[in-house]
Amino acid sequence: MPDVALLIELLPLALLAGVFGLDVVSFPQAMISRPIVAATVGGAFFGSPMAGLVCGVALECLALESLPVGASRYNEWGSGSVVAGVIAAHGAGPDGLPVAGPLVVSVVVGIASAWLGGWTMVRHRKLIASFARPRLGQLAAGNRKTVIGLQVFGMTADLVRGALVGLLVYLPSRLLVEYSLAHWSVRDDISRGVVVTCVASVAATAIWKDFHSISLTRRLFLASLAVGSLIVVLRG
Amino acid sequence: MGAAAGAMASGPELDTRMRMAMFIRCLAIQGSWNYESLIGNGVGFCVEPALRRLEGGPDGPAYREALARQSAYFNAHPYLAGLAIGALARAEVELVAPMRIERFRTALCGPLGSVGDRLVWASWLPACSLVGLLLYGAGLPPLGVALGFLLLYNVGHLGLRDWALRAGWRHGLRVATALGHPVLQHGPRYIGRAAAVLGGLALPMAAHRALGGGPLLSPVPIAVTVLTPLLAVLLVRLHGRAEGWRVVLLVLAVFVLYSVVR
Repeated sequence: MPDVALLIELLPLALLAGVFGLDVVSFPQAMISRPIVAATVGGAFFGSPMAGLVCGVALECLALESLPVGASRYNEWGSGSVVAGVIAAHGAGPDGLPVAGPLVVSVVVGIASAWLGGWTMVRHRKLIASFARPRLGQLAAGNRKTVIGLQVFGMTADLVRGALVGLLVYLPSRLLVEYSLAHWSVRDDISRGVVVTCVASVAATAIWKDFHSISLTRRLFLASLAVGSLIVVLRG
Repeated sequence: MGAAAGAMASGPELDTRMRMAMFIRCLAIQGSWNYESLIGNGVGFCVEPALRRLEGGPDGPAYREALARQSAYFNAHPYLAGLAIGALARAEVELVAPMRIERFRTALCGPLGSVGDRLVWASWLPACSLVGLLLYGAGLPPLGVALGFLLLYNVGHLGLRDWALRAGWRHGLRVATALGHPVLQHGPRYIGRAAAVLGGLALPMAAHRALGGGPLLSPVPIAVTVLTPLLAVLLVRLHGRAEGWRVVLLVLAVFVLYSVVR
């Protein structure tokens, strides 16, 4: 019976991971695959959208650094972020906030799976090319079925790719998060502090570098950072 | 030929049904993205509904020749590819000489890629991400943050795709003039500045909420405030040698090991 329960848990998760993975490049690029959305949905799937959101915000800070430009290889944040959101929701308190161990583990899982997702995207693109190669003659003849078939094949393979990445990452991550729940020894506030320091510094670096070619942006960033800090002080 | 003549007579208007068919297909233009033809097959897939107007319909030689032409190698930003698709569809329907269409296709690749990358990937997407972080920092619930981000992003995303397809069809082979649109030319500059402001506001607010929103004058928030800029400076100095996510992965993996093994 536990196998059935696991299957019931895995099937929708794999489907979600597939759909979010598909959104990254193939269809429809509406950015539901961004961590801030995908991890929140993952957390909600496991009963704690707030835990998923906190994890998603952390991953979003990291995703700011990598721009999905053209043929360059970049991390695929969609399918892995769903799994990370689910992991973050393990052991979430009644306020929905993630517990320290699962939060840190979920961010590690999110980054690692984004890297794995990026690697599988390269393989997926090579797979499409190898599928198209024997059909070049039909494409050159303007065969409608081949054109549409190639498109459908690519999208279906991408959906399966995302689902497999989700499953592959989830099974070991679940064991890791359960172990961390039982053995985590560092205080909650310190653990959160480590995550926040890491991801905020990457986000700040990304903003500093990404817009450097536009005049005034660095000064605007520093000035608004001061204003943002002041708002925090006044609200605190 | 009758259908083609009809299309020419109707001028630059793209009928709603065909436009919708092409628009929805444009959302899947990268469905068969690969390292050999890039989005070439996707362009053929998107233009296909318009090609059915050619003499003989989907079984005619004009349709097959045009589809073969349009399914060859092509590269462009996916959101701005609509400019090419609209223009190419109109050129095919108006029976422009194949050589001219192929030259036009080749010439469009570069500009559509670089303009789209600057406007969308390097400006609009990070700006919307930072709005999402700001909404989180402002205390919105999960649904509010996710929907706020998605709505804002997709107003720009779907609006740009729709404009590109219409402008491509309207301008035809003179579509290069559409690339001079002020949003494409100056948008990245203004969005980049707005993103810098949003980032400055969002980071301290989001960090405070993620820390639990407790008192500021306690050891952990003070440590975060001191260490974050130091690590950021280190990452800026490491530019090109180590990406931030790799450093974070290493640091957090070691932290997990330390915390569970201790």
